[in-house]
Amino acid sequence: MANGIGLIGRAGPQGRGALLTALIMLPPALAVFTLFVVLPIGEAAWYSVFNWDGFGIPTRFLGLTNYISVLGNTTFTSAVIHNFLIIGVSLALQLPLALGMALLLSRNRIGTVTFRLIFFMPYILADVAAGLIWRFVFDGDYGLVSGISKLLGGGPVYLLADPHLAFSAVLVVVVWKYFGFYMMLYIAGMQSIDRGLYEAAEIDGASALQRFRHITIPQLGPMIRLSIFFSIVGSLQFFDMIVPLTGGGPLNSTHTMVSFLYYFGITRMRVGFGSAIGVILFVVCVTFAFGYRRLFMRHD
Amino acid sequence: MRIKAFAAAAAGAMLFSSVAMADTTIHILHLQTDPAIIQLWSQIGHDYEAANPGVKIDWQFLENEALKAKIPTLLQSDDRPNLFHSWGGGVMRDQIKSGFIGDITADSAALEKELSPGAASAFVVDGKVIGAPFDVSEVSFFYNKALFAKAGVKADDIKTWDDFLGAIKKLKAAGITPIVVGAADKWPMHFYWSYLVMRIGGGDILSDARAGKDGGFKGPAFVEAGKRLKELADLQPFQEGYLGTKWDPSAGLWGDGKGAIQLMGNWFLGNQAVQAADKKGQPLDNIGIFSFPSVPGGKGKLTDTLGGLDGFLVSKGAPKETASFLTFFSQAKYQRVAAEKNLYIPAALDTGDSIGNPVLKEIADKIAHSTKHQLFFDQDLGSSVGGVVNDVSVAIAAGQMSPEDGAAAVQKAWDEK
Repeated sequence: MANGIGLIGRAGPQGRGALLTALIMLPPALAVFTLFVVLPIGEAAWYSVFNWDGFGIPTRFLGLTNYISVLGNTTFTSAVIHNFLIIGVSLALQLPLALGMALLLSRNRIGTVTFRLIFFMPYILADVAAGLIWRFVFDGDYGLVSGISKLLGGGPVYLLADPHLAFSAVLVVVVWKYFGFYMMLYIAGMQSIDRGLYEAAEIDGASALQRFRHITIPQLGPMIRLSIFFSIVGSLQFFDMIVPLTGGGPLNSTHTMVSFLYYFGITRMRVGFGSAIGVILFVVCVTFAFGYRRLFMRHD
Repeated sequence: MRIKAFAAAAAGAMLFSSVAMADTTIHILHLQTDPAIIQLWSQIGHDYEAANPGVKIDWQFLENEALKAKIPTLLQSDDRPNLFHSWGGGVMRDQIKSGFIGDITADSAALEKELSPGAASAFVVDGKVIGAPFDVSEVSFFYNKALFAKAGVKADDIKTWDDFLGAIKKLKAAGITPIVVGAADKWPMHFYWSYLVMRIGGGDILSDARAGKDGGFKGPAFVEAGKRLKELADLQPFQEGYLGTKWDPSAGLWGDGKGAIQLMGNWFLGNQAVQAADKKGQPLDNIGIFSFPSVPGGKGKLTDTLGGLDGFLVSKGAPKETASFLTFFSQAKYQRVAAEKNLYIPAALDTGDSIGNPVLKEIADKIAHSTKHQLFFDQDLGSSVGGVVNDVSVAIAAGQMSPEDGAAAVQKAWDEK
């Protein structure tokens, strides 16, 4: 009974014990959390109202000017659109693809382990390495895509040099890189579904589609809700691969919010401006995370 | 095993601690990746240690971009390096404002005797000596002699902007890619805009614009430069997909003979070889240079040069020996080695005649006779405004931004600085 912090406040010796436990156990975690989470966020919020280049103490107070110039910056608005495009592609293409692959590969047949490994491989690869590899693949002079185009009688293709096409190339890499991870999540989920359910359904004459619709999907529910959560948060914070793949170019046409923060805030030493982007990103992510968990993951 | 490893580590620690017992250590943060430079410099360090018992020289390396990003934090910490790489200009001025830069004026008499006065003046601010340059560089047009001959273009005849555009047309007509540029990195394109601004507005245009004269960065020289750049870009002189080409591969393309011209600093000579498919690039006798042409009606001289300068800045609290090490380091006998091996064009006096590479020597002579050596715009204006200059240069060339909007964007960045 007296094993939870929930008993604090109730009189009696057991309550005092719980209080003591909390007093002993809480400070270390609270200190770490304050030091590494709360303080940096507070600092960023503080810097974001100054024009500051990182030297000394910020003194040139700007109020909300940094926020206004971030939100009015066309590169930032396009970066936000890119983040939503990544979310769109992740939800509409990547997760269904992962689910389909998981259906094919969840049962232990010959070769399934090999294929799982192959599809999972891109996820293991470091983002920077993957970005560099795909930069070579897309290279107009020496790359694979151009090579195939030439083989088919076309001219060289300069995907990463075209402001209208470059982001599609990024999306391809995003799907390639992360669908294996979600496939693995789904496979793990499918393997924990009680076989008995399927047997019972088969005896009752349910078709494969019905079994998928009425057993697999509901049973996989928590996993799907979790994967959507990961996928959206990951998309909002997408950054690592942009740097080696496009560097935000050509003509700043492939930025995400974080790469915009990096290139326009950090490398240009505009710490105040960059902090404002960071705060905006933080608010977006936290709002989403809490909202989503409240709405969809309450029972998981 | 673990005990053994521990013993080894302890022994190692003891070994190092005996070194650390030296009275003074000068920590130097550099960004060189060329093994030949590192070898030369550590040799200088060892020689200095031998000549000055009790002083230790400690070279620390950080990669270019990492160094730029880390310096502000490092400078404000207690273990800031005593000497660190600097390009001078606006970034340096920001660092001075922070109050973490040292002053070696009192011990600089001997140092000044070693350095070319023009270069040394870059590290004298408000009458205080705060560091020393080690090399100078210039941005020139490099061209492939064989390709020029094939197209019937003579580099010596390119004196004006129209001559230059004519040469581009001839090269195109001959089926040769006229210009290779690494526009994905942006700064290679900003050389075009910068030189045009200098040729149109004259050698002092940047300091004038800073002072807000003649419309500042929105002034006619800056707008005109954008128009000329657009005029060039409209001839489609660049290699296919140039917006996606980073600088290193662009040097490689030129080294492979896939384009006739590249506007670049003298470090290009080495890099076009390293990045070429055969690792040799164009042979020296096939490489020529010509100056950025003059623009009709412009105030700039053909002998005004755009370039850079690298050196070491002294940080606050550096040991007293730092100045004497800089003097030792800058001695002609050491810097001549760098010239002989074509590592860089030294800023030290009496080294010019040691440059072995004829192209590099030509550039060194141009710098020596320069009527105005303007620092790279993106360095001179500091990283925030410099970044916008780079953005704007590419956007104008690609037709994404009008010359007027480009100039206005630079002025806005300057106002917000």
